[in-house]
Amino acid sequence: MSDVYIVGAGIHPFGRTEGVSGLDQGVFAVREALADAGLEWKDIQFAFGGSDAAGAADTMVDRLGLTGIQFINVKNGCAVGGSALFAAATTIKAGEFDLGLAVGFDKHPRGAFNALPGEYNLPDWYGEAGYMLTTQFFAMKIRRYMHENGISARSLGRVAEKAFRNGALAPHAWRREPVDLDTIMNATMVSDPYTKFMFCSPAEGGVALILAGEKTARRMGRATIRLRAAAMRTRPPGSFEVFAPAISIERGGSATRIAARDAFALAGVGPQDIDIAQIQDTETGAEIMHMAENGFCRDGEQEKWLAEGRTELSGALPVNTDGGCLACGEPIGASGLRQVYENVIQLRGAAGRRQVAKRLKTAYSHVYGAPGVAAVAILSR
Amino acid sequence: MQPIAEGLFTDETSPRLIGGRNRLTGALTFPRPPDDRYEAVPLSRTGAVWSFTVQRFRPKSPPYAGSKDFAPYAVAYVELPGELIVEGRLTGVAFEDIRIGMPVELTLVPLDPAKADSPLIHAFRPRGDGAAS
Repeated sequence: MSDVYIVGAGIHPFGRTEGVSGLDQGVFAVREALADAGLEWKDIQFAFGGSDAAGAADTMVDRLGLTGIQFINVKNGCAVGGSALFAAATTIKAGEFDLGLAVGFDKHPRGAFNALPGEYNLPDWYGEAGYMLTTQFFAMKIRRYMHENGISARSLGRVAEKAFRNGALAPHAWRREPVDLDTIMNATMVSDPYTKFMFCSPAEGGVALILAGEKTARRMGRATIRLRAAAMRTRPPGSFEVFAPAISIERGGSATRIAARDAFALAGVGPQDIDIAQIQDTETGAEIMHMAENGFCRDGEQEKWLAEGRTELSGALPVNTDGGCLACGEPIGASGLRQVYENVIQLRGAAGRRQVAKRLKTAYSHVYGAPGVAAVAILSR
Repeated sequence: MQPIAEGLFTDETSPRLIGGRNRLTGALTFPRPPDDRYEAVPLSRTGAVWSFTVQRFRPKSPPYAGSKDFAPYAVAYVELPGELIVEGRLTGVAFEDIRIGMPVELTLVPLDPAKADSPLIHAFRPRGDGAAS
């Protein structure tokens, strides 16, 4: 089996871009990735791509060129990007093709995601009575976690403060202004204990990654950033997921724990080997819980980690170096690949003002979403 | 006033939620799936707050069917001992007084208190001193 390298990376800035469709933001990202790799569209042998709410990715051949390429659409909720990456890497490992594309994009309406009970196999009363809100669920999940593990509300604020500070340094981020901790803590409460600065918003954006087998990557002189693992996993019994009228009293693990365990095994590394991590942070507590679920610390240690700044750009394990979902917003189809893009740029040492100063060898990314899916990718140089 | 849906809670003075017990595995769920494999089982009226939040903004309609004049409401997961952790409104307690572990019991409240024909939804309220464990 061939090793797989990421030989090109492109992004359309996240946030709001009036007049540009989600698909066209994906196309923009593909062109950026091609230019980055020194390739033309006709060089690309296959593609996997998708969005959650902005249409079928394969229609972008209209814009990029009708080369007859194999282009497979991916639809997998929050794991669209991770699934496209897995599929592309596996295709290369299998020897079917040696140069391909993983692309994700999206464009969501303003405001909270509006979920309907029927889409989740739930009775209508659940939505009518006012439970059909991701924000409400996330608030109750972190409240329980804080209670069990001694996490303070101030730690929830510190994560947001870091996100906006990092986002201010990332050209592709949406929120580019630092916000101080007191402002974050005293802002309008959305769902206690979360204030409005502690949730990310649905947004727009596109990301494209070009993958190559070792032979092609070496010929291009780009066998530098290796994809060590890409794993997408689903939930075990007793995980705590969104839109649940009731949960079992026997509490269990999570899709994240499974994906992390398996990705580390595939890569042959452990949490102690990771130099930098992009972790799903749709709300600040998610970053905190996912630090432990991915194996970087024990439950409860995050309180100390955050107070000591260990996850800052200058810390022992920089987390969400481009501001994550909190600063970039969440275009579902593009979000997971943004994390991998950020790791590629950081590993290359090309992240400009947000570049992590220490020497980087191994980088980790993690996405999580409804109804209990997680995807992890590990890169090294 | 009518229940917001059939089969959610029992029709008795002190109502109970109706769960479903899988006849094969014995596992409990709520609400009871519309499926013969699940036997209807009334759940415990009392439990303890497992987690909670306050819904501070009006949910979008659809699906939300509550009043246009929105007032924030508390939502909790309540652990019914030995059975399930069930989601429901919290009523009869100031937001700042809600605590994890607080003993509560089931009650029914109108979804829209201003409307005479509002559907009834399930909620939990603090247990009286005599009943608190």
